[in-house]
Amino acid sequence: MSEMNTDETLVVRMVNITKHFPGVLANDSVNLDLHRGEVLALLGENGAGKSTLMNMLVGLYRPDSGEIYVKGKLAEINSPQDSMALGIGMIHQEFMLVGNMTVAENIILGMKDLPFVPPMAEIKAKITELSKRYGLQVYPDKVIQDLSVGEQQRVEILKLLYRGADILILDEPTAVLTPGEARDLNEILKKMLAEGKSAIFITHKMDEVMEFSHTVQVLRRGKSVSSCPTNTIKRVQDLANMMVGRDILFSLDRGPYKPTDVKVEAKNLTVLPIGGGKPVLDNVSFSIRGGEIFGIAGVAGNGQQQLTEALTGLLHVDSGNILLNGKDMTNKTPLQVIKTGVSHIPADRGRMGVVGDMSVGDNLSMKKYRTDELSSHSVIKRNWVRKFADHLIEAFTIKTPSQDTSVKFLSGGNIQKTILAREIDSCGGILIAVYPSRGLDVGATESVRQNLIKQRDKGNAVLLVSEELEELLMVADKIAVMFEGRIMDIVDADKASTEKLGMLMAGVEREEV
Amino acid sequence: MRLGLEKRDFRSKRMTVLVPIISLLISFLLGAIVLGISNANPLQTYGAMLKGAFGSQTKIQYTIAKAIPLLLCGLAVGIAFRLKFWNIGAEGQYVAGVIGITWVMQFWTFLPEMLLLPVGMLVGVLCGAFWGGIPGALKAQWSVDETLSTLMMNYIIIGYAEYLYINAWKAPRGNMGTVLYPNSAWLPRIWGRVHSGVYFALILVVILWFVLYKTRWGFELNMIGKNRRAAQCQGVSIKRNIILAMIVSGGIAGLAGVIDSAAVTHQLTKGVNSGYGFTGIIIAWMSGLNPFVSIVVALIMAALETGSDALQLMKLPAAMGEVMQGLILIPLLAGSIFTEYKLVVHTNHKEATV
Amino acid sequence: MNLLDFITKLLAATLAMGTSLTYATLGEVYTEKTGILNLGMEGTMLMGALAGFATAFNTGNLFLALLVSMLVGALLSLIHAFLCITMRANQVVAGLSITMFGTGLANFLGQRLGPASNNFNLTGMNITNKFSNIAIPGLSEIPVIGALFDVSLLTYALYFILPFSWFFMYKTKHGMVVRAVGENPRTAAAMGISVSKIRYLYTLIGGMFAGLGGACLSLSFIPSWNEGMTGGKGWIVIALVIFSTWNPGRVVIGTLVFGGITSLQFSLQAAGLKMVIPSQFLGFSPYLITLVVLTAMTIINQKKKGSFASPSALSVPFAIDDK
Repeated sequence: MSEMNTDETLVVRMVNITKHFPGVLANDSVNLDLHRGEVLALLGENGAGKSTLMNMLVGLYRPDSGEIYVKGKLAEINSPQDSMALGIGMIHQEFMLVGNMTVAENIILGMKDLPFVPPMAEIKAKITELSKRYGLQVYPDKVIQDLSVGEQQRVEILKLLYRGADILILDEPTAVLTPGEARDLNEILKKMLAEGKSAIFITHKMDEVMEFSHTVQVLRRGKSVSSCPTNTIKRVQDLANMMVGRDILFSLDRGPYKPTDVKVEAKNLTVLPIGGGKPVLDNVSFSIRGGEIFGIAGVAGNGQQQLTEALTGLLHVDSGNILLNGKDMTNKTPLQVIKTGVSHIPADRGRMGVVGDMSVGDNLSMKKYRTDELSSHSVIKRNWVRKFADHLIEAFTIKTPSQDTSVKFLSGGNIQKTILAREIDSCGGILIAVYPSRGLDVGATESVRQNLIKQRDKGNAVLLVSEELEELLMVADKIAVMFEGRIMDIVDADKASTEKLGMLMAGVEREEV
Repeated sequence: MRLGLEKRDFRSKRMTVLVPIISLLISFLLGAIVLGISNANPLQTYGAMLKGAFGSQTKIQYTIAKAIPLLLCGLAVGIAFRLKFWNIGAEGQYVAGVIGITWVMQFWTFLPEMLLLPVGMLVGVLCGAFWGGIPGALKAQWSVDETLSTLMMNYIIIGYAEYLYINAWKAPRGNMGTVLYPNSAWLPRIWGRVHSGVYFALILVVILWFVLYKTRWGFELNMIGKNRRAAQCQGVSIKRNIILAMIVSGGIAGLAGVIDSAAVTHQLTKGVNSGYGFTGIIIAWMSGLNPFVSIVVALIMAALETGSDALQLMKLPAAMGEVMQGLILIPLLAGSIFTEYKLVVHTNHKEATV
Repeated sequence: MNLLDFITKLLAATLAMGTSLTYATLGEVYTEKTGILNLGMEGTMLMGALAGFATAFNTGNLFLALLVSMLVGALLSLIHAFLCITMRANQVVAGLSITMFGTGLANFLGQRLGPASNNFNLTGMNITNKFSNIAIPGLSEIPVIGALFDVSLLTYALYFILPFSWFFMYKTKHGMVVRAVGENPRTAAAMGISVSKIRYLYTLIGGMFAGLGGACLSLSFIPSWNEGMTGGKGWIVIALVIFSTWNPGRVVIGTLVFGGITSLQFSLQAAGLKMVIPSQFLGFSPYLITLVVLTAMTIINQKKKGSFASPSALSVPFAIDDK
């Protein structure tokens, strides 16, 4: 059957799509319908199979079984070019842009029908015209690495439009946008829908679903769990249940807020970029007490990571002071910072938190191998390390075949548990956690948050950098918002609201809020 | 039907052992093809090489003697490679060692004769360490690419050595070469051609194995090599360790030069750039950076060299040894992927083309 | 000999020696621009020199010799491409193995492809034809600049190939693909470009040019065959690629400078000038200068971020199925 539907408005129909990867059933007989002029939200937690499903629609993977119908006809999508020919294009979470090439070059990259020497003047004119039509504010001669994240996203959109896409797939589009920019994106989408285009966006944020979509489809563990018009959802709680399959906790048990003495103090920290320009950190000042979780909010890329790197000795500070546990630790080495009692759960767990090719046991011992607990006279005592690792694996329920398995073979959640185990075990009063629940499923996320609260209740000072306002409101005692390297304001978590925080994140000054 | 590669869930131990052995066999096969195409009899050639390397007691001694500097260079390069620091400069560090010991032998006449050898060896090692430390420092301080810097350092010091043995330090008699070291300052032989340098080499193997696998420093070097950023986050000083490792690496390569000149050549002259530094790279890579395995690999490489010396007498091309050394790495490089990936056959499914 | 004469002769020698370097450097620029580091240059150039010379000696046909040297260069680089792209091996070690193999093989064949009269050895043999200089009347008489018009065909070809390579890289759609693959292969793959095909193609082209560069030495510059006659030029090529910031348009600067210094040695001798500096010092000075320039450029790169940056994906294997 190559003509399957009678519904004129159905632009995409995926039927019984199944896809395996080694050890994992990513998609299990999933059905999906997309109508013209509609926005469909594909909701699910990390690992539910949303990206996999969409990757098949754009030709990056092939389904093991099942059919895809596009605009009424059976489609064989073997490559991104096949899908583009059908009018389907995708904007990935990590933008597919070449940093040192111009906007125009990126837009035409890989197009087959171009002449040997592409007529750049014509191409730039068409780009400018499309940009005006949809309000994208994209300029063809700019170089990608000079653009902001929001601008780059708009280049991606224009890239698809230029190539004639009328079905757009967006993967977690608002993850990198402020609430204000997200609303701008919505306006752009509305303009496109009015012209008969359609969109699917992949998300795990329920509030986004409610605000931006017409239809919502929920995936859980590779299966499609439900699909319905968004306006039939009464409570966000119902969506959450569908996503996870059980009642998830929206609030966690916390002890009373009893802050002790100041353990972390940052005074007027400024970091200037190499080659000049706006400061990466601009006169940042704050203090954190023991028994307190200090949250840092803001869209990723506004200096949060640099701040934590400055505090842990990984980034040179041009002016200002850092005091940790009372000692001046400005521009000291990472080793000196560690010896002061600082534990660090880094943003990029694979690249900074563990050595993938080394064993779980070795990774667990990386904080203490210098101490008498695990070594003597410069020689590492292997049997002591084994006992130590066994103890931590049990205490933190790290799932691993053995402590000799290379860490890179563990799941994301278990890698994070390894890091948590190591850092919490050796914590000397200060814990710095940067995007700790990124990429983890709900169960692992809960466990991370419980651990942070436990450390706070023990009297440690906890710094938590997070992209999820909901996480900060749930866990933190105080919240600071960072924008363009500055701290816009520090508020008490119980007095904060998403609107206020959202505006601060977008750079609106405190007085105007 | 298409072949594809799929990532394994664990590193295959079977492959880690099989791959080097199979690739060694494949390289001999390829070598046979090269010989066959150029009208030489492969069996005859290999046979001659085998006899040339192990055929008599004298020949075995030659092979072992040759293996000593090769082993040392392999160990030297291995240390650097452990940090993923591509030290292509073992050749130059070896030469630096020879320059150092020659300097002492020829000009430190204020020393009593019996001190010439030990002091000379020490100075030679320090020169090698210095020559290795420079690219290490350049990388640590300014991130200068080490592949190129170590390479350039090779040619700089080889040129300087040439200046010394043709010009500044040339012995009054003859066209080139320095004065021979005094007899009393030679490294003694212990069994035919095998000299006491073999003790240094073997002791170093044990020391290195211990340091790399048992101590804190070895643990740190491992961390740096496998994930530099994570090591840094754990407080390991990348700069200090790169420089330190390169000083040790250069020192060991310098020791190779020192031993070879103290025991065999007894002077600085043409041919000091023996190629051992480059062969050391093959040895390090083939032995998986394991000091004990390096002993075996060094012997194989030495056999190839002494074996091909014998070929000249038979009017067969002596460069065959060089060809084999290059050929040995290639199947090994191709095969090492199989420790991490397995071969899969795709039927009816098509993955998107890459 | 007056100063102008000396400079003219120096320029002529530089052009002659620089031709070989330029071809190889151009090839490696393209290879590295797609993200593959090919340290096999030294061995590939030597094989090209041998292949060209052996063909010319045994057939007398110069153009056939050029073709064979290019083919041989491409074949050697095919091995490197296979190791690095398909088998995802370590690119540094793979390149070194190609150099060792290529050098060994060239020396080996040099002892087997010669005439029976010389025990099959090619060393010291002469070829009757070679690529000698062709002077353009009128233009070649201009002082100093005239040297540009009294060069071999191989060099004249460069006057067109160099600008074209620059144009190709920055103005055509293929050049865009090359740049994208080396900078961000994931994006290139998502845009429907076959990353491995492009890398194979340009590694082969790089090898072809390297073989050609080697043939320039044995068929024009020297011309003869000697074991190891490339003498480390292949490594200078790697440095020249960095020096020209991976931009075909800047390749000529480096080759002029380095060709010039190397030629200085010979030109001084030819002019009968007494050597104030020992010849060995001049001999290793190109390497010393390369080291200094490399350090300087690296430092500048860090201050002015990205101005001389290498392709971001250089020597990183790319595998689309890695999740």
